[in-house]
Amino acid sequence: MFYRESGDFKSNYAADQQTFPIKFDRIGVAIFLVFAFFIVPFIINDYWEKSIIVPVLVWSLAALGLNILTGYCGLVSLGTGGFMAVGAYASYKLTTSFPELNMFLVILFSGGITALVGILFGLPSLRIKGFYLAVATLAAQFFLIWLFNKVPWFYNSSASGMITVPERTIFGIAVTGSNSPPWATYLFCLIFVVVFAVIARNLTRGRLGRSWMAIRDMDIAAEIIGVAPLSAKLSAFAISSFYIGLSGALFFSVYLGAAEPTEAFGIDKSFLVLFMIIIGGLGSIFGSFIGAAFMFLLPVLFKNIMVGGFGWPTDMVQHLIFMLVGALIMFFLIVEPHGLAQLWRVTKEKLRLWPFPH
Amino acid sequence: MNTAENTSEALLSLKNISLSFGGVKALTDISFDIKKGEIRAIIGPNGAGKSSMLNVINGFYHPQEGEVWFNGNLRGSLKPHEIARQGIARTFQNIALFKGMSTLDNLMTGRITKMHANIFWQAIWKGKAEREELEHREKVEHIIDFLEIQAIRKTPVGRLPYGLQKRVELGRALAAESKLLLLDEPMAGMNVEEKEDMCRFVLDVHEEFGTTIALIEHDMGVVMDIADRVVVLDYGRKIGDGFPDEIRADQNVIDAYLGVSHD
Amino acid sequence: MSPVILNTIEVILNGLMTGVMYSLVALGFVLIFKASGIFNYAQGVMALFAALTLVGFQTGQVPFSHLINVIFGTNYHNWSNGINTFLAIVLTMLVMIALAWLVERVVLRHLVNQEQIILFMATIGLAFFMEGLGDLMWGANIKVLDVGLPSGGSFWLEDVTREWASEGSEYYGMYIDVLDVWAAGIAVVLVIALTIFSQYTKTGRALRAVADDHQAALTVGISLRTIWVVVWSIAGFVALVAGIMWGSKSGIQFSLSLIALKALPVLILGGFTSIPGAIIGGLVIGVGEKLFEFGIGPLIGGATENWFAYVLALLFLMFRPQGLFGDKIIERV
Repeated sequence: MFYRESGDFKSNYAADQQTFPIKFDRIGVAIFLVFAFFIVPFIINDYWEKSIIVPVLVWSLAALGLNILTGYCGLVSLGTGGFMAVGAYASYKLTTSFPELNMFLVILFSGGITALVGILFGLPSLRIKGFYLAVATLAAQFFLIWLFNKVPWFYNSSASGMITVPERTIFGIAVTGSNSPPWATYLFCLIFVVVFAVIARNLTRGRLGRSWMAIRDMDIAAEIIGVAPLSAKLSAFAISSFYIGLSGALFFSVYLGAAEPTEAFGIDKSFLVLFMIIIGGLGSIFGSFIGAAFMFLLPVLFKNIMVGGFGWPTDMVQHLIFMLVGALIMFFLIVEPHGLAQLWRVTKEKLRLWPFPH
Repeated sequence: MNTAENTSEALLSLKNISLSFGGVKALTDISFDIKKGEIRAIIGPNGAGKSSMLNVINGFYHPQEGEVWFNGNLRGSLKPHEIARQGIARTFQNIALFKGMSTLDNLMTGRITKMHANIFWQAIWKGKAEREELEHREKVEHIIDFLEIQAIRKTPVGRLPYGLQKRVELGRALAAESKLLLLDEPMAGMNVEEKEDMCRFVLDVHEEFGTTIALIEHDMGVVMDIADRVVVLDYGRKIGDGFPDEIRADQNVIDAYLGVSHD
Repeated sequence: MSPVILNTIEVILNGLMTGVMYSLVALGFVLIFKASGIFNYAQGVMALFAALTLVGFQTGQVPFSHLINVIFGTNYHNWSNGINTFLAIVLTMLVMIALAWLVERVVLRHLVNQEQIILFMATIGLAFFMEGLGDLMWGANIKVLDVGLPSGGSFWLEDVTREWASEGSEYYGMYIDVLDVWAAGIAVVLVIALTIFSQYTKTGRALRAVADDHQAALTVGISLRTIWVVVWSIAGFVALVAGIMWGSKSGIQFSLSLIALKALPVLILGGFTSIPGAIIGGLVIGVGEKLFEFGIGPLIGGATENWFAYVLALLFLMFRPQGLFGDKIIERV
């Protein structure tokens, strides 16, 4: 009874166009944000930070990025791992070459550099589409990883070939390196995620978002009514890569601390992010978050139950998770191609009309 | 014939257009014009090249020979979206709506050539971007009222029935506020009532907005009723051009429709 | 002849042999794509799965033994010392047919009329599922597959080529794995058999009809579902052959499915609907990556085989999006 739309009339277009048109949603989101910013930092511990919250935040950014490209613009990419690597290596080079550079700027510049690389590999999308493009993005994935493995400049010629983040502080508090307190890394990531989620929402509901969706739904008609395919597709590639670059930079510098390209940014990461947006919901900002949380936490949960609880061997549980993930992907594509976000929306719609469904 | 005078009063004129696909001739040496403010029908049997003609007009196909004059200027080699910007909008024979988007978003996309806020303002949804969004929303709401589709404003168009989809598509083309509106079989597959509705909309658009319209239609009753002038194509050639009454009496046209063999 | 030329020839020959392997996987893709418009990402994993199953039967493993042992506290591993290789191949083929039937029944049937890209992503899900299933059934340890094909270098070729080399040069002869030659021979036989099948049998004609036009094929009474099962079975057979060849060569392991990813650029070169295209594309990629690694690899750090095929496909797409043998795409509205 409390969750209602009826009676909540809009008297102007601005009110009608807001992100959360229902009052109850607005209050809920506000409470959630207050909790995330002002309560969680005081109660977060090392386990929750390292194993659950920070990775979910970082993967959410990657999922947001791929969702802009795949969910909104309809261009499937299997190069996400490679683009995350670009972000990671950019942040590494920036922190080591310019020790004084503020960490916020480092992450943002890393995103910018990734955007440029994304545009470069997005150029073929002007001529090819569908899975042709998916295969073309594999070139980005394999070439970039090879590059970071083979060119010593990228890893400052370190003996192991790995990159390790130096300690950097913001207002005197470490956000990277092993001395950083959990609440600091958490807040650092949270700020990026919240700000860029809002920006993603704004971009996708305006002119740019509509031009992406028009290309996705029917590219020829879109061009004929005045959408310039060049700028629509390249902007999708650029912005998507920017997000993925942010995510890669945070993944490396805040979460992992040290990385080796094949292990940290392999093709399996590209698939992981793709699965996040399929399960979460293609073309949904909210879906990117639940998809990322779901796909990251599901294996964690299974491992805890089966390995920790039943004492089953780890590799076997790993195989079971593979099967489960594969089955879930097929299930969602068959039953609900719009993913968990759509299920949530349908539930809300039912709730909103309850108890009078017609 | 004085060319200069001819182009000044015509909104669009086509001169000696020929189009072929790897040896197959789709259009051969076609010339006609569309005057400002008129409803111009293009008719002809199936495969006569009508849709190809529209595709040439909005630049999706580039003819091998001939000139297209629009709004008094000779058109160079432009991409379809640049041509849309010059003021040509269209609907499609097989509905080409953006199925994943709502009616409202489809119409807003129709206005895309008129929106200019840069990416920064769009990202923060303030200033120019927000103002622009509201301004265009108002224009689009006007069209929604006009076409009587208020109830389906927020419905994804993929879920709408065929007749309504056709109407939304007309709305999207109208939203562009173009100088020239191309309608490719707007009444195909409709029943009598839906056709009447659609005719009313086309005529209302013509009167209320003064839009020039080029229209492909198979229903001769409709064509003869609403068109100011008619051009007839057959096998990629122009076989008739004139007022509806003249066309009705034209022996060539009658032959084409009744299927007299070509020698 | 100077050793450099001989070395180059050897690289090209080895490239051709690798290319044959790529072609074998690509062939499976083309068959399924032609009949159902599905770009079956799982084709590579099918090869892995087939090879795993074959070894499992050969050595008499109990399927799912790990799972059973863990749940019931038992200790089963093998139910016999293994069975005859031929019988094992037949049994594996039956498993592949059952799999084809299941895929049609559980997945494809519900995805009719979906967009191609959705189907593509569904097959990625299928690939993950089968990868987990294969490992769960037969264990994830690296296995040796031996079906009795000869392998190792050819001494005859080494002797002959050593004599070709110019007097006094230190050249030890060409190394070509006999197994690769066998694989090439089998691939040729397979292609001929498939061609005969599709040209001269009733089912083959139905297949071609479906490939041409689904709707029209339905109206003349061809059952699309049966055809799909048949096609996936044939693709399963091709996967089995590819699995045997790859498995005999480098053992059965997860990387097999990654190697199979290389079939994707092969398809881009050859076009998705052309069987000769798949073969020539495979050979071009095989030779190209070996020559590139041989000529340019040492200058830029080596291991260029990781990306060469994909970058070649990418460049190729920029200039000829329809592939070597595809028809020019005319877009209409």
